[in-house]
Amino acid sequence: MTVAQAPASTEAGYNYGYLNEQTKRMIRRAILKAVAIPGYQVPFAGREMPMPYGWGTGGIQLSASILGPDDIFKVIDQGADDTTNAVSIRKFFARVTGVETTEKTGEATVIQTRHRIPETPLTEGQIMVYQVPIPEPLRWVEPRETETRKMHALEEYGVMHVQLYEDIARHGRIATNFMYPVKVNGRYIMSPSPIPKFDNPKLDNSPALHVFGAGREKRIYAIPPYTEVKSLDFEDFPFTVETWDECCALCGAEDSYLDEVILDDAGERMFVCSDTDYCATRRSQGHFGPMAGREDLAELTGAASENEGRNA
Amino acid sequence: MYVAVKGGEKAIDNAHRLMAEERRGDASVPELTVEQILQQMSLAVDRVMSEGSLYDPWLAALAVKQARGDLVEAIFLLRAYRTTLPRLYDSLPVDTAAMDVRRRISATFKDVPGGQVLGPTFDYTHRLLDFSLAAGGAPEAAVKEAVEGEGEPSLSRVMDLLADEGLVDRPAEDGTKPVGDITKDPMTFPAPRDVRLQNLARGDEGFLLALGYSSQRGFGDNHPFAGEIRMGEVAVSICPDELGFEVEIGDITVSECEMVTSFKGSKDELPRFTRGYGLSFGYNERKVMAMSLVDRSLQARELGEDIVAPSQDEEFVLYHSDNVEAQGFVQHLKLPHYVDFQADLVMVRAMRAEILKRAESKAETGEAA
Repeated sequence: MTVAQAPASTEAGYNYGYLNEQTKRMIRRAILKAVAIPGYQVPFAGREMPMPYGWGTGGIQLSASILGPDDIFKVIDQGADDTTNAVSIRKFFARVTGVETTEKTGEATVIQTRHRIPETPLTEGQIMVYQVPIPEPLRWVEPRETETRKMHALEEYGVMHVQLYEDIARHGRIATNFMYPVKVNGRYIMSPSPIPKFDNPKLDNSPALHVFGAGREKRIYAIPPYTEVKSLDFEDFPFTVETWDECCALCGAEDSYLDEVILDDAGERMFVCSDTDYCATRRSQGHFGPMAGREDLAELTGAASENEGRNA
Repeated sequence: MYVAVKGGEKAIDNAHRLMAEERRGDASVPELTVEQILQQMSLAVDRVMSEGSLYDPWLAALAVKQARGDLVEAIFLLRAYRTTLPRLYDSLPVDTAAMDVRRRISATFKDVPGGQVLGPTFDYTHRLLDFSLAAGGAPEAAVKEAVEGEGEPSLSRVMDLLADEGLVDRPAEDGTKPVGDITKDPMTFPAPRDVRLQNLARGDEGFLLALGYSSQRGFGDNHPFAGEIRMGEVAVSICPDELGFEVEIGDITVSECEMVTSFKGSKDELPRFTRGYGLSFGYNERKVMAMSLVDRSLQARELGEDIVAPSQDEEFVLYHSDNVEAQGFVQHLKLPHYVDFQADLVMVRAMRAEILKRAESKAETGEAA
């Protein structure tokens, strides 16, 4: 957020960052309100974007409103910089802002994401921008917005614990694995967006600012730096995250979230880091997993398609 | 080996090129012009303008061409363009009584002042494929008949005639607050009628058609009669502050439908009919008829009716009517979700393993005994 005066767009006919300045101001106000009331969903007049709803229009509007010429921008989808929609969003911002882009988590000042938080710990001054499909954590127990707003106002959250309890009664465990609800700053129950619960602990007391944008549902919410974020649980059924028996087949990491890749019809599979930057960095530091040397997997390590999807 | 969605820029660019190629089709067939779509696919253009919420036939025709005839996609294109336009003035309310009508019918009266004008309609065509259209050639010219109300400055609306008699309510005019705009402010509930009507006017025709139909079939029946349907050109005016007087800026084509619906009355009130309203850009008769049914259903709260049917439920209707929102969210399911699926997969496998292990140890202890 280093922009004092709007610089010129690199795309003829469009304002810097695509949105006009009035819209950006409206969104920045909503962000400030969201930061002031951690976890509270602020309604905002979301605009129609040139990408479909569901493709990250909420996150895109947030990024458009906060990116300045000095920022360095990273976009990931499923943890990877080279998934098609991440490539498309990064290209959009390179076009309408001319902003410098990166794949390195440590270099980025703004990181837009869908479904993951990078493995590399975030630092002060970084902003995480989340794309949110359904911002309302109570939506699965109450479809009506008029009701859920009331429940938040009255802090009437018992029903969430009832739902978790019913999971335990039925399945012997809490069966929510992503979009796992959290309580922010001891007040609002919030959806962390569909990140796997593996990533929830990264939100607690994070030095970075986390902002969440739901374009279709027209809501913005935030977690300011160093805010307590607690995943809902019970004393006798504490919150846990997923684990794998395998390590990353390419970099050997045992502490990262893994994607499962099915290799052939016979069911051969491998597990690899979902965070491509984390995996590549580890490999460049000399860490290798059991399948790192396999030539038929060169496409996954990026060796076969160097420079593709990269945008300086 | 198949590497899901990790294709990068090259794949995207190639997909766009393929799309452009398929849009063009066989290059030996002459390319469709925007002007041809504008002239000969005018109902597609009208629907795109109406749900795209922007009156610009040429741009709507361009969107239809770009979308290869996929109207929901064309509507999306027009909306995305609309959102970048500056908003200079609010127009004054259009006066549909002053419409230059091309079609005007009432199902509630055999004749109405100004007369009934059938106009261009599919209504009484026999739906037989017309093979002569494939051969081309000029259509037979329509004989222009003198219309009773033609040239008159104003054609009273049927509903106004009923309102004069007190048989329907005249909606109260409230000039004190600005008209709501869901493109500038997020929707909140309960939603006032101006906001509801704007939402329905932009809403998906198919969705409104199904909802209106459901109300006719008894899910919140309103006993509707088509009081009046009219289509034609109306003048649009603005009143710039710096001038202080009205300036007409052009004519637009609109369709309007007013439904006369179930009557009510009580100890203290004389019985009278209720009403539903539909309006859209262009010639969209089916849309405005469905819209007026749904508008009436959504008045359930104000009229003290029980809210029992989907068409009466404003959160249900207004949150799900927009096809740009709906198509996006439904189709986003094709974006990669493998991180979240992996989370479920890990859990379901663990649960199965646990259960199988338990069954196994039970079997063992059973054998031992």
